Amino acid sequence: MNPLQTLLARKKKNLLSLFFTAGFPYLESAEDIIAAAEEAGVDFLEVGMPYSDPLADGPVIQQSSTKAIANGMTIPLLFEQMAKIRGKYEIPLLLMGYLNPVLQYGTEKFFEKAAENGASGIILPDLPMDEYQEEYEQLFQKYNLSMIFLVTPQTSDERIKKIDSLSNAFIYVVSSAATTGKQQDFGQAQQDYFKRLQAMNLKSPMIAGFGIHNHQTLQQAWEGLNGAICGSAFLKKLEQNPTPKDAMAMLMKDLGLQ
Amino acid sequence: MTHLNPKALPNERGYYGPFGGAYIPEMLYPNVEELKTNYIPILESEKFQKDFHKLLKDYVGRPTPLYLAGNLSEMVGAKIYLKREDLCHTGAHKLNNVVGQALMAKHLGKKRIIAETGAGQHGVASATVCALLRLPCTVFMGSKDMARQKPNVMRMRMLGAEVIPVESGSKSLKDATNEAIRYWINNPSETHYIIGSTIGPHPYPDLVARLQSVISDEIAEQLQRQEGIDAPTHVVACAGGGSNAAGAFFRFIGNGKTILVGAEAAGEGVDSGLTAATIAKGTPGIIHGCKTLLMQTLDGQVEEAHSISAGLDYPGIGPMHAWLAKENLAQFVPVTDKEAMEGVKTLTRAEGIIPALETAHAITALFKINLKKEDIVVVNLSGRGDKDLDTYQEYFKNEEAQLNAV
Ligand SMILES: Cc1ncc(COP(=O)(O)O)c(C=O)c1O
Repeated sequence: MNPLQTLLARKKKNLLSLFFTAGFPYLESAEDIIAAAEEAGVDFLEVGMPYSDPLADGPVIQQSSTKAIANGMTIPLLFEQMAKIRGKYEIPLLLMGYLNPVLQYGTEKFFEKAAENGASGIILPDLPMDEYQEEYEQLFQKYNLSMIFLVTPQTSDERIKKIDSLSNAFIYVVSSAATTGKQQDFGQAQQDYFKRLQAMNLKSPMIAGFGIHNHQTLQQAWEGLNGAICGSAFLKKLEQNPTPKDAMAMLMKDLGLQ
Repeated sequence: MTHLNPKALPNERGYYGPFGGAYIPEMLYPNVEELKTNYIPILESEKFQKDFHKLLKDYVGRPTPLYLAGNLSEMVGAKIYLKREDLCHTGAHKLNNVVGQALMAKHLGKKRIIAETGAGQHGVASATVCALLRLPCTVFMGSKDMARQKPNVMRMRMLGAEVIPVESGSKSLKDATNEAIRYWINNPSETHYIIGSTIGPHPYPDLVARLQSVISDEIAEQLQRQEGIDAPTHVVACAGGGSNAAGAFFRFIGNGKTILVGAEAAGEGVDSGLTAATIAKGTPGIIHGCKTLLMQTLDGQVEEAHSISAGLDYPGIGPMHAWLAKENLAQFVPVTDKEAMEGVKTLTRAEGIIPALETAHAITALFKINLKKEDIVVVNLSGRGDKDLDTYQEYFKNEEAQLNAV
């Protein structure tokens, strides 16, 4: 089992994960963010690999990516940064990004280095399920990495079941039909959607992302599913506060956890 | 469809050799899947064929003439025919695709159309057909392109479309496409995204190529009548995303006798760092949901393209064209901004036809390829130059000033 799988075997409810963009707001931010998150009791982290054209992302993540690329963040540099802190923190790490930079880095080398530098899994939103099965599944298995698939309110039950059968960590539940960073409170539609998913009795835990930004949205994700992932709201705090530690504290306050 | 050249079609997963596919986030999956399941049955249905060809004939103004350009022929030293897509309603080939996709959207019960545009021709075509079919229309356009293609912005608005300026990235076609896709993610139901070129996730490249293939169907028929041959020795077309080239090549791909030539925008020069010559400078990767050639850094970040022509200012190219180049089924010729401007002057003075800036790249390419007197060459005259008059005026004013200063 990788560290994420170990965590998910132990903790089934009220999981909290954060997304941040590596290299944002400053080039060496990753370690400070990881340290602050571990101290604050965050369960696991998604480390964003910045991409010039993030199709599924709204303005906040787009801008953080642009800034991170301008700061000089690249996949080789991220692996260097991860190598330096290997073993220092226990919080499980996932890598999240778009497929093109991974292809240019070299697919197999990417998986090898990701595993070597302590990642538990990878989220590639633009890697479709059939391509995954054809070319990537063996790589994930070979390097003991978990692929995290997304489902949305438009995903059919049949497809959700298939995704569940291919998953070995958790399913990323996109809260509404939206790019990242839309911050409306969750309404009846989300509650019905979460209920529909619960009623399917899937083997994988389900963690909601997209739109988690305050106490209300966090609680609803926790009540309806197994956990929540907060991204754009955290990036905003990182931008507005002098240190990741301060940003972390402000976010925890907004989420009603402090 | 009168003729579907099997050599011009991707496999069932949308691959042309190694290029194509659908690399899309889950949020887009239902819409793209719906299209993938339905596009061929709809295209092949009798009702669609009837409606499509009626509109092509009575509304778009097809068939467009195949005009023997005598003066240009003399200058080039070969027999040059111009396929007059510039005479289509709204001034470019773009309308062929839009008419087809809008009819398809109606078949699928869609209530709203979105589109991206570079030069504004695809945006104008979309706004036009949406007015005709009473569909609300939203067009995404880079703010840089809005400034250089003003008349088209005005036309879209007059036609009732909402034009949304895109300020991200290069503020041109690539980013307009990003924003259109993001809008689609946020408004998935009842919206159809009409992509304006042979780009994007499968089935778009194939769908757009099939809808534009009416161009080469007509060329074949017209050449038969006018020259007694079924295929030209050469077809020359400019290539941005590749839709007019795909349409003009379609029937002749892999026929063993027609040399297919794509004119790419080299901007300031292929090696200047300011270029849009994707076949020359691109490497394999993923852009806007398909595997193709694109201009990118070693880290896989998409680079900004540069071309004076908004319609060719794109860092990728359709997967069909990447494959045609790889298999040597077509050759691609880079044409710089400056050379394209010469092409504008040449065609205007030789034939009394002011071409679109995109199209001018194809005219210039005629002078860069080897041609013999016996050759029968078809140039796809993809659009007219009305939208570019500001740019022409500005450019030639500067040129005159420079000449006067010498
Ligand atoms: C007149 C004209 N020709 C060519 C193009 C380039 O597009 P494509 O390569 O899809 O034909 C455009 C795009 O805006 C155009 O307006």
